[in-house]
Amino acid sequence: MKPKEEKSRIPDMIARRESDLLADWTREQLAATTLRSDLMRESELREQSRQFLNLMIRAASQQLSLNDINAPAWEETREFLSSISRSRAHQGFTPSEIATFVLSLKQPLFTMMRQELEGDPRKLADEMWVATTLLDKLGLFTTEEYQKGREEVIRRQQQELLELSTPVVVLWEGVLALPLIGTLDSARTQVVMESLLQKIVETGAGIAIIDITGVPTVDTLVAQHLLKTVSAARLMGADCIISGIRPQIAQTIVHLGVNLTDVITKSSLADAFAVALRRAKLVITRSENHG
Amino acid sequence: MERIPILKMGDYLLVTIQVDMHDRLALTLQDDLTERIARTQARGVLIDISSLEIVDSFIGRMLGNIAAMSRVLDAETVVVGMRPAVAITLVELGLSLPGVRTALNVEKGMSLLQGARAEQENVNGRGER
Repeated sequence: MKPKEEKSRIPDMIARRESDLLADWTREQLAATTLRSDLMRESELREQSRQFLNLMIRAASQQLSLNDINAPAWEETREFLSSISRSRAHQGFTPSEIATFVLSLKQPLFTMMRQELEGDPRKLADEMWVATTLLDKLGLFTTEEYQKGREEVIRRQQQELLELSTPVVVLWEGVLALPLIGTLDSARTQVVMESLLQKIVETGAGIAIIDITGVPTVDTLVAQHLLKTVSAARLMGADCIISGIRPQIAQTIVHLGVNLTDVITKSSLADAFAVALRRAKLVITRSENHG
Repeated sequence: MERIPILKMGDYLLVTIQVDMHDRLALTLQDDLTERIARTQARGVLIDISSLEIVDSFIGRMLGNIAAMSRVLDAETVVVGMRPAVAITLVELGLSLPGVRTALNVEKGMSLLQGARAEQENVNGRGER
């Protein structure tokens, strides 16, 4: 069905009647229910439509087949669409509203083609198929770009969370605490380990308490990561105490057969702190003149 | 030939590694150190690796071996001053040096050795060793 051997007449047609098409298309978009006049000015929309049409003509005239939008000829068009997609996503458009920008070109384009190819229904059907495939692909492309933009945001936030969520605090002279919140994966363990070791060097601490109250689940992998951190701290000459082990987690650890016997474990941070103070030969006494 | 100096301080031996360790140097150190412990009847060995920036599995294992050998010759080994990056590398290599005592710096290492010795003397009865 696709006319491979024959060059499509669409590029010529669009180029010849560009201004008509642009006017129709803009009118179409302005009249559509999906128009977001609250998010975007009319002049901006007009400008974007004009640019897109220009780029499309240029790309289409370089390419024999209009089916492959990944070809180098479409490079500029793709870049333009992805920039539109990103900026609109930023302005608060939904993915379907962004895709509609491309897909709404169909109606004016088809009207134009019907006028141009009135005498040749076969050719008209073929060309319509070419045009509709092309516009669908471009429309889908904007959605993909929208998705990519979103994923970037998620990745950035993940990175920020990673940096935010690993504070090492000095509890007492020579005693560090590392309250862990959230799941431990290998990337996070790396950050945790590095900041803990760095702090050990800075403060000369001899004891570090790793509090896992905020860690939702402990599986073998998380346990392994914890043990790695403990070993690394030990190599630096600091002892680690793992605290904040909830009853459920104690059960899972035993069921999984994780060996934590080489590590001091305590159920609460307070217990761990008491051990740390004892190690550092410090005593807390209640003041006598309280009554 | 290049050698790593071994200093004697009272009952303890102090080894400061200030050059990048290559395998032959490590083996020489192992020989020299065991020889020296036997000759001086040292009670403790302090290995300062604070200038060491790169360790591989061989050097890691060698540190473990030295500690084990010293223990056979009745001397405690303390490895001091390991850098964070080195510690992470060793852990990732799976070498957590189980039999080796560690301390943050020479001063803490020394007090660890003294503490360990006092403890041992308490157990064995004074001056008997």
